[in-house]
Formats: sequence, C-alpha cells, structure tokens
Amino acid sequence: MAGSNKISSTPPRWLLAELTYACPLQCPYCSNPVDYAKYQSELSTEDWKRVLTQARKMGAVQLGFSGGEPLTRRDLTELVKHARDLGYYSNLITSGYGLTEEKIIQLKEAGLDHIQVSIQASTQELNDHIAGTASFVRKKEVARLVKKHGYPMVLCVVIHRENIHQMAQILAMAEELGADYLELANTQYYGWAHANRDLLLPTKEQFEQAEQLAQAFKETVAGKMKIYYVVPDFYEERPKACMNGWGTTFLTIAPDGVALPCHSARELPGLDCPNVKDYSIEEIWNESKAFNFFRGLEWMKEPCRSCDEKEKDFGGCRCQAYLLTGDMYNADPVCSKSPDHAVIQQAIDSAAKYALPVDEKPLIFRNSKNSRLFS
Amino acid sequence: MSINPDKPIKFSPLHRLQWEEAQQKDVILYPEGMVELNQSSAEILKLCDGTRNLAQIVSDLELKFATSGLINDITAFLEVALKNGWIQQD
Repeated sequence: MAGSNKISSTPPRWLLAELTYACPLQCPYCSNPVDYAKYQSELSTEDWKRVLTQARKMGAVQLGFSGGEPLTRRDLTELVKHARDLGYYSNLITSGYGLTEEKIIQLKEAGLDHIQVSIQASTQELNDHIAGTASFVRKKEVARLVKKHGYPMVLCVVIHRENIHQMAQILAMAEELGADYLELANTQYYGWAHANRDLLLPTKEQFEQAEQLAQAFKETVAGKMKIYYVVPDFYEERPKACMNGWGTTFLTIAPDGVALPCHSARELPGLDCPNVKDYSIEEIWNESKAFNFFRGLEWMKEPCRSCDEKEKDFGGCRCQAYLLTGDMYNADPVCSKSPDHAVIQQAIDSAAKYALPVDEKPLIFRNSKNSRLFS
Repeated sequence: MSINPDKPIKFSPLHRLQWEEAQQKDVILYPEGMVELNQSSAEILKLCDGTRNLAQIVSDLELKFATSGLINDITAFLEVALKNGWIQQD
C-alpha cells in the first residue's frame, strides 16, 4: 500500500461498525461528519460479514453496531448472529426509535449482548426538541423492554447547555428506569457539535454543579448502577488520551467501508483512509498510511516531543488539534502547555456570549438538508 | 456486601466469561468493557455456576491443584468479584 511505514502495533480490540448514516433523529451534537449526506453508498451484508470475520481473527472482541441508526439496516439481525458466532461481545448503540419488542426478542435470540438507549433529556418537551423527533415516550418504553428481556441496560445521555440543568432529574430517571449503567457523556465538540458549539457548551459553573450531582449519585447507587462519566475536556488542563493512542485499540468502519482510526478522523486532511472493499483489515491495520500516521510518538512537534507526559496522553486528540488550531500535528489545545491553549478560553467566552437571550441563534439540526449545505 | 458461605454462587447473567484466543487469556466482557483475568481468577469464576457454595468451590480447586489453604485467597477474590457485579447470590 502507498505510503506504508510499518510501526509495530497492538491488535485492534474494539470495532465500531457504523452501519449507516441514516437516522430518524436530528441531534445537533451528532458525531457523524457534517457532510455525511455526500456519502450515499453502504457496505453490503457480505462486506460487513467479511470485516467482522477479519477483525475478530486479529483479536477484536468488543463490537459496537452504531450509525446513524443501526436499526434502519434490514440485515442487522443477520450481522448480530454472525458476530455472536465469531465470539464478539456485541453492543447495539441505538436511539430506540423504531425498536419493537418483537425486534428486541429477535436480536436477543441472534446473540446480541447489550442495548444502549440514548435519551436526550428528562422531559418529553426537551427530549423531542433536541432529537428533532417525537421520541421520548417510545425511548422510555424501549428502556423498560430492554430490561424485561434480560439485557444489561445502558442509558446514554449526552450533556450540553440545553439539558445540563436537568442533571438531578436525569439521574432520577435512570434510577426509575432501572438502568444497569448510565453514561453521562459531556458533549465532545466534533462534527455537528463543533458547528453548534456556541449553543451547546455550558459554563464552567454549570459543569461543576452537574458533576457534583453525578458524583454524589454515583455513591448512592454503588452496587446497583455503574456510572460512566465522560469528562468535558474544555475544562481540563490536560488532554484526553484519545482512542487510547492512535491505531492501538480502536477501529471504526464508516457506512461506505472507509476504515478510520477514530470516528472523526474523516475530517483530517491527507490520511487517504483505506476502504475495506480494497484491502483486508489486517493490511489496513498494519500497513495503511492512515493507521500508521500518528502511531507511536515520532510524529510529535514541540511542546509534546519533549513533554514527560507524552506517553500518558499521546498529545491528546488529533481531530481537536486540527479543528481548533488548523494543524493536526499540534498539541491538543486543551493542554495548558499548548501555545494555542487560548483558543479554548475564546470558545468558552464565545459560547457564554451566545447564552445571552439577546444573541440567541438557532441550533443547526442534523439532517440531510443541512448536511448538503456543509458539502 | 460480602459472600454468604451457605448460598450457591453464580456468574452474573449480565456479564460474559470467555476464552480469548488472540490474548491467550480468559476475559470478562460487559457493556463497552473487558477485564483480563489471570489463570487462578478464571478457574475460580468457572466454578461459579450456581450449584456450588464457597466451601465447595474451595474444595474443588484444592483437589484440582492438589493443594490446601486456598480459602483466604479465594474468599478475597470472590468479594472483589461480588463488588464488581461479576457474580451473584440469590
């Protein structure tokens, strides 16, 4: 393959299968690319089966069926069955929209291990506003059905300025629904969330208040419910160890078959991300230019290159460096050692300005019409 | 939360215990996570099938590995496993 510079690596453990970009919801923080509408083609059932088989052979064991909305793929049950036969632990990451009890039973029989249901807020009005679709009542019903049929139930709530004031009610809702796991994911500002950042980024005070509530709750439900708290990195001093290091653990396959070291990497220039229709997973993982691009530490510039924490956080997130500084080789500007760190405070100040009613601007909802404007 | 010595211990239906060929290890799988097990932890968990209580697990393992005095180590591990939700007692 062109540009290959093989660096020894660990095998993939996590495979994220983005089956489709189609979705009945329009969440304005969606992590799909803003120009997703231009990627129309989807892999066939046989392509997906081959990908699952090849990645499993290399050692991938956690499998996420995601999207878009994976339930829109008619072959989902067939893919779940194939994954179970291979020994994957399969996670269905769904909006719950359109998930019937019959389908829940069918997927269980096919060998699905877990269903993660997203809920946008603790009230019907706000949930349906953020989702862009009347879905709250159905989502709560789906959460109950998931439990009823013996799956571990993971409730996922993405947190941002529009719903962060509901933290106490969100926690109460998770308890009432009997969630086994609650994922409180502070919005990460890529894709649609980047486009809507001024309207989604909460203030530091809001973050701290919400985090306090979540931490206290964690202790009261210990032994019954596990809390995954995804930190808001704009208010951190050090960057996240993104993807556990580039090309070490995570493999994402986009709906059209493009293999990505992380689900946002499509936005980075010059990676020439390979397609599973042209190469095997082993070739892609070990030899492709894209997967070797930021593998190891050799690519780093200062201040990362001489930093004593570089093996801990790998310089942070490449996509965030690119989106916020224009250079994907730079340190993640979340890091206080970054010469570009001021862009984070500028983003916070800008969002605070738009929080004032006088400057209110509308959210850009994730749908095909808006996506074509970004293409 | 601690182990009741009289009741049988079973592996949690919300987790999966499986051998991973690529890693040459037994692992516990759960939503979006994995714990790699050493051999002795795996041997203990494989006996948590809902038919044996603590004393039976200890005696089975002592017999299997032709040794004695395992009760403290096994109890300590099972307490951790219970706290993590890997095993259950009705």
